[in-house]
Amino acid sequence: MTDVIQDTGAGSALRGAGLRAWRKYSAYVGVLPFMILVSIFLLWPTFSVVSGAFQNAAGKFDLSTLKSVLSSASHRAAFEHSIQISAITAIAGSVVGALFAWAVSTGKSGGALRRICLSASGVLAQFGGVMLTFAYLATFGFNGLVTSFFIKHWSHSFFAHPTWLYGITGLCIVYSFFQIPLMFLVFLPTVDNLKPQWREASDGLGGGTFEYWRRIGIPVLTPSFLGAFLLLFANSFSAYATAASLVSQGSIITPLEISGALSSETGANNPALAKSLSLAMVVVVVIVMALYTLLRRRVSKWEQ
Amino acid sequence: MGTMSTANQSLGTKTWRRAIIFFVALYLLLPIAAMLDFSTKSLSGKRGLSSWRAIFQQPDLISAVVVSLELAIIVVALVFFLIVPTVVWVHLKLPKLRRPIELICLIPLAIPGIVLVVGVASIYRWISIHVTESPLMLAAVYSMLVLPYTYRSLSAALNSVDIHTLAEASRTLGASTYRMLFGVVFPTIRAGVMSGAVIAIALVLGEYTISSILNFSTMQVEINLIGQTDGFVAVAISLASLIFVFLLLVVIPTTVNQKNEVLEAEHS
Repeated sequence: MTDVIQDTGAGSALRGAGLRAWRKYSAYVGVLPFMILVSIFLLWPTFSVVSGAFQNAAGKFDLSTLKSVLSSASHRAAFEHSIQISAITAIAGSVVGALFAWAVSTGKSGGALRRICLSASGVLAQFGGVMLTFAYLATFGFNGLVTSFFIKHWSHSFFAHPTWLYGITGLCIVYSFFQIPLMFLVFLPTVDNLKPQWREASDGLGGGTFEYWRRIGIPVLTPSFLGAFLLLFANSFSAYATAASLVSQGSIITPLEISGALSSETGANNPALAKSLSLAMVVVVVIVMALYTLLRRRVSKWEQ
Repeated sequence: MGTMSTANQSLGTKTWRRAIIFFVALYLLLPIAAMLDFSTKSLSGKRGLSSWRAIFQQPDLISAVVVSLELAIIVVALVFFLIVPTVVWVHLKLPKLRRPIELICLIPLAIPGIVLVVGVASIYRWISIHVTESPLMLAAVYSMLVLPYTYRSLSAALNSVDIHTLAEASRTLGASTYRMLFGVVFPTIRAGVMSGAVIAIALVLGEYTISSILNFSTMQVEINLIGQTDGFVAVAISLASLIFVFLLLVVIPTTVNQKNEVLEAEHS
């Protein structure tokens, strides 16, 4: 193989036509193993979900499942909850995470604080899942640290009676454990790009802190911030592990409904329903990610 | 007057900085402290390390951890020997395929894990009937999940150095393709490949959605199962694995920093 590749340079035109064709396409052989793997485990599954949403059990074109999903009150409620949780945690996560990124970014560039924050955020944002549920239960659960503390000192407060533990409020709190670190990871490079010279220039022209943020800081950061917000929204919308390990009864959000429709244990195995619900999720995520890509393109133009 | 106001601002900035770091760190460390507190408690109310000791008395958990580690190794091998060479190959030889490959690598961001599992369920049913029931087959779909992350760090590394010039320079100096790839291209993108690989390990060890729905017993599935019977032990395992992956990730920033320093030196 190495010989073939080595010869692709000059002088190849002198050889035979068959060899030339081989040379032209031989490079594509190198992509084949990757393409085979991707086709089986990524492209085909995606296609099967999208096409399956429009089929009935016999494989015929059928819109009945999709229609029933759209008209069902319980499916719609779960979908609205999903959107609601994603919006709330994306707003809270992006604001808090952005402030945190700014605070860390203005510190020493190679400092220990920064390194620890990066690693810890990586763990919480990308590894969390099931373990965050147990972290959350150990903190706010009936026997948790915060709960015991509040029972002792403020027994009538919100935290002393965690009736919200397994509901929407609880999901929002536990999701913030990975949303804030993700925002930190995504937004840190952007705030690192705020040049101190800009601040100096603003000060030199007589602007104060407020002026600097209103006229320079916030306008410069806004596209990146909105992009990161969308990424957080998609992240929370797609999340399954944390919710699944926390909520054992009922399907309050769409990912839990999908797993319910897939599991044969309850006798409710319904692949067509799972595919229709999946299609609804994919539509939302694709829209959000498309907007994100558009924003990123503007940002990267500016950053260059 | 001017110097006075900047001094005041920096004092104000400092106060804000510290307050923000303090509160966010408190919010994120609180659960960790709570886990430490919870895992040393027991139903009888006595303090002790019994939950921590119980971790090693769970044969199902140990075998699930082994499965997860094996999966992580296989996925990293797929990243090193399949994904990285393919992306480099496309960069150097098939510029026409760059956009399509990039799009493919970004698909998993648009397809949530719970949706992907709906699609691959039938494939895994077929595999378990006709090929093998080994949970290690999960490595194939896991390598799809890590695509966006490996691709992003890889393409950043490939774009930051002018890989074409380097490749051509080594070719002109008489290097073989093998020498060009392993002597020139891979060492230059090593930091990017490494950070992609560590993210891949974290993702595989933390993966729950696909394995739980396909009924494979991985580390997360087992932790969740233990949590349904013994919350104390589950909290102890969770804390242990969070710390383990944290220590693993502490390794990347050093390599990333080195890379940035190289880049900054080049720009200046």
